[in-house]
Amino acid sequence: MKIVLIDYGAGNVQSVKYALNRLGIEPSLTKDHNEIKSADKVIFPGVGSAKAAMEQLKASGLDELIPTLIQPVLGICVGMQLMCKYSEEGNVKCLGIIDSEVKKFKPGLKIPHMGWNNISDLKSPLFQGLPTEHQVYFVHSYYVPLNEYTIATTDYSNDFSAAIKKDNFYAVQFHAEKSGDIGEQILEKFLAL
Amino acid sequence: MLSKRIIPCLDIKDGRTVKGVNFIGLRDAGDPVDLAELYSKEGADELVFLDITATHEKRKTLLDLVTRVAERINIPFTVGGGISEIDDAYALLKAGADKISINSAAVKRPELINELNTHFGAQFVVVAIDAKKTEDGWKVFLRGGRDRTELNLFEWAKEVEERGAGEILFTSMNHDGTKSGFANEELARLSESLNIPIIASGGAGTMEHFKDTFIEGKSDAALAASIFHFKEISIPDLKGYLKQEKIPIRL
Repeated sequence: MKIVLIDYGAGNVQSVKYALNRLGIEPSLTKDHNEIKSADKVIFPGVGSAKAAMEQLKASGLDELIPTLIQPVLGICVGMQLMCKYSEEGNVKCLGIIDSEVKKFKPGLKIPHMGWNNISDLKSPLFQGLPTEHQVYFVHSYYVPLNEYTIATTDYSNDFSAAIKKDNFYAVQFHAEKSGDIGEQILEKFLAL
Repeated sequence: MLSKRIIPCLDIKDGRTVKGVNFIGLRDAGDPVDLAELYSKEGADELVFLDITATHEKRKTLLDLVTRVAERINIPFTVGGGISEIDDAYALLKAGADKISINSAAVKRPELINELNTHFGAQFVVVAIDAKKTEDGWKVFLRGGRDRTELNLFEWAKEVEERGAGEILFTSMNHDGTKSGFANEELARLSESLNIPIIASGGAGTMEHFKDTFIEGKSDAALAASIFHFKEISIPDLKGYLKQEKIPIRL
């Protein structure tokens, strides 16, 4: 099985790579279009600002490629936000795969939403067989509101999408690669899709 | 609900874990990677590594250690010590660190916080503040409490937030090593006046101290070293206790 980790200069790809290594997978880190297209599974990480990340995607033409992928794709953190159509972070147009905006948490809350939080209303094979106590690690200041593609919900003052899915595109707001054994189980489920 | 975090801190010297009492009299508490893995398996929510040697020649040793930690453990970790420019932070990011912590370098050149924020985002930037109560109020200290500055703790913390830190790690030098509890009054004041998470550090001695800092101190996370290293409190016991006390915690 060929796993590609999109390496476009805006992700902590190393952490995701190490997490996959712990599962016995050696991913290929690349931004080469042909290599990404030919992969069995694609992981699309991201940290930092949505605007800077979109600029990086555009610089390598990945903004055109990613929405056309047909194999299972997993967005992580900012990778998930970039799959939406627009982000309030830098008021930037994103990939438009998921018909949703990305909003800033309301004032008065501690930002970033940082640490371990529950995920509930789980509606995907990604979460099959998780133990009843399942917290995952979040670090983000912007969120995807609940929408028809939401497959997991988290509460931080308001409910937001902890994960979304549309067709072959899956995405998690939390850092599955840093979410302990639970995170590794979720990555394994994605790899088994 | 967002859980309160328990963070063991591993002070690193020459690639080994150490912890002093009031920052002097260091004792050896084991191999950092083994300890990191043990804590991770026991339920630690994050880890902090503070390189207290951080001399130029030892930098490579630290980066190797960071990579070994990143390969083996599956929870987030912060690395601090000797970071004074963007390149230092970038090397640590590349080695696998999730966050970096700066202290003296931020006091000497506060713009560093802005620069780190721009390059890596707030989530990557923890600013550690060591402070001590003096006749002139709470003052920021450097070099493990040896050098006094004229900065007021609360004013400096505000500036740190405004410049783009994602988190503040506050150590009370009055409490550190005393095992008499965290500086909850000051922590609560920081937590109420700022909109970024606050990590309490210095003074943990009992499980009740953790409960107190989460309730009275309004801390988002609590950090401790020796009580974990010397097995005076085990993380599973601590988390079980906090759960029983209705503190939101990850089990």
